[in-house]
Amino acid sequence: MRQFIKAAAVAALAAGLAGPASAQEKLKIGFIYVGPVGDFGWSYQHNQGRLAIEKAIPGKVETTYLENVPEADSERSIEQLARTGHKLIFTTSFGYMEPTLKVAKKYPNVMFEHATGYKRDKNMATYSAKFHEGRYVIGQIAGKMTKSNTLGYVASFPIPEVVAGINAFYLGALSVNPNVKVKVVWANTWFDPGKEADAAKALLAQGADIISQHTDSPAPQQQAEAAGKMGFGQASDMIKFAPKAQLTAIIDDWSAYYIERVKLMLDGKWASKDTWGGFAEDMVHMAPYTNMPDDVKKMAEATQAAIKAGTLNPFKCPVLDQEGKEVPCKGNGALSDEQVVGMNFYVKGIDDKLPK
Amino acid sequence: MGIWEAVLITVITAATPLLIAGMGELVVEKSGVLNLGIEGMMAVGAACGFAVAILTGSTILGILAAVGAGIALSAVFAFLVLGLAANQVASGLALTILGLGLSGLVGAGFVGTNREAVPAIFIPGLTTLPGGALLFGQNPFVYASLAIAFGTLWFLSRSRAGLTLRSVGESHVSAHSLGLKVLKVRLMAILFGGACAGLAGAYLSLVYTPFWSPGMTAGRGWIALALVVFASWRPLRLLFGAYLFGGATVLQLHAQAASIGFPSQLLSAFPYVATILALVVMSAGRRSATAPGSLGTPFVPDR
Repeated sequence: MRQFIKAAAVAALAAGLAGPASAQEKLKIGFIYVGPVGDFGWSYQHNQGRLAIEKAIPGKVETTYLENVPEADSERSIEQLARTGHKLIFTTSFGYMEPTLKVAKKYPNVMFEHATGYKRDKNMATYSAKFHEGRYVIGQIAGKMTKSNTLGYVASFPIPEVVAGINAFYLGALSVNPNVKVKVVWANTWFDPGKEADAAKALLAQGADIISQHTDSPAPQQQAEAAGKMGFGQASDMIKFAPKAQLTAIIDDWSAYYIERVKLMLDGKWASKDTWGGFAEDMVHMAPYTNMPDDVKKMAEATQAAIKAGTLNPFKCPVLDQEGKEVPCKGNGALSDEQVVGMNFYVKGIDDKLPK
Repeated sequence: MGIWEAVLITVITAATPLLIAGMGELVVEKSGVLNLGIEGMMAVGAACGFAVAILTGSTILGILAAVGAGIALSAVFAFLVLGLAANQVASGLALTILGLGLSGLVGAGFVGTNREAVPAIFIPGLTTLPGGALLFGQNPFVYASLAIAFGTLWFLSRSRAGLTLRSVGESHVSAHSLGLKVLKVRLMAILFGGACAGLAGAYLSLVYTPFWSPGMTAGRGWIALALVVFASWRPLRLLFGAYLFGGATVLQLHAQAASIGFPSQLLSAFPYVATILALVVMSAGRRSATAPGSLGTPFVPDR
């Protein structure tokens, strides 16, 4: 009897210890967002990915996020996550590249994942999506739908991802409409609804009848709707803000990637690498094609399918730069991935000077 | 509508929230209190205004809610700096952080909700005249902002109450010894500032970009603060400054759309550069243009 009590006590003790111990073994995952979760664009989609992790791997992970973290002042936020026991940290904006690298060197046992950058380390992986594939598709739609042959583009910062997006958009439009022009306005912000709206108004006043955007709020689409013109949502489906204006939207879908990386981490198989997925990898989706005639919709679907199948590359050679010089073709019949990821030139025909 | 009219209209829409919030802060600072919490009060105003407008379907109620929210938050600030004589800079910064957080909480259920913008005024026969849209076709908020500006100008320079407010701001000890109710005057000024910030917030979420999103104030509260300094605490200069700051941000966008080469980053920094320049000019110039004498110092009646 005494033995039994002893055994029971030991078992109870063990159970008592095991309880909190297993709770502590939960993998802590941190996210840094450049905008608010409620931006309904870029950061919103990353947060959807975070929620997908919690749903797909219940009980084993604990996720935290810091929103509205300014890029220039992000190092302490990233370090804060690293110091508080987060073992896998996703930093989800281009400007977090150097700070992430710095913190990664300081915390070799914490794994980092940086979105849209190009610098890696043993414990720092990078990932991005081929948004330019979607931008080529919306460019074609814009080229077909425009009546003024003037397309407006609200841009954020002159970084390669955005520049490649403008080029792909223009090349897409040009492929179906030789007279098309694109006007670019740099808002110098990822998220400032008022300024984005003003940029869209400026473009509309200059005769643009299609508003494309690479900033994160739905404000430009609201302006397109109010002016009775058309546009394309950014990062998430913005149809609610522009039910008559939105033709489609490029949707970022990080869920599958995030779940995969977290699973690798749990299995101890995580390794630093670069991931760059597009239509084929399901990292980029298109919102339903709306407010357009059937033939335009069919064309868009065909283009999307061709890109997905790999038979069409938005940057197929020859690609000419703004001065008309041919860009060296380092890929297989098209620009190489590195050339697209590091794109710092406009293609021929874009009527804007790239800010340096 | 010509291109210049389109440009001027966007200048006005960009300047209006700065003008409303800045004029409120000017009155607060004239009474000798520095409230750094404009950004927070604007954000709460924007969130509450949008939430109530969606829930009730009434723009008027939304605006009233925004103004009320601004007043309520500024009352918290007044309690700290007047009631407890707390440090104004710290309290104001805390108010911004509180306001931004609170606005996220209030607005959380309204992310992704769309609303029609408050329509502009249309007067048949006048709005349709050439240039009429500029004078007679603006949003009600624009006329309200001008009314606030000229009302403040009249109040500060022509009314007895305005004189009292200024004397409290210049030297609260002297004002107190004259029997003026320093704390009561400051309370009124702070609440007015809160109401203006709330109204400016409502303008953002109901007119400028009619949706709610956390962080949508995007630093406009800070620009309004800079504006007060830039204007050297004078209403007419503030009116001018609001249109100058609004114009600088908007004109560069139009210049870009028109493919005129313009260093856009430089113009984005314009409000801050202009404020620093104004400070330099002021400190080098005559004393008359300097800040209210008691600005930022707490007042504790010795009794």
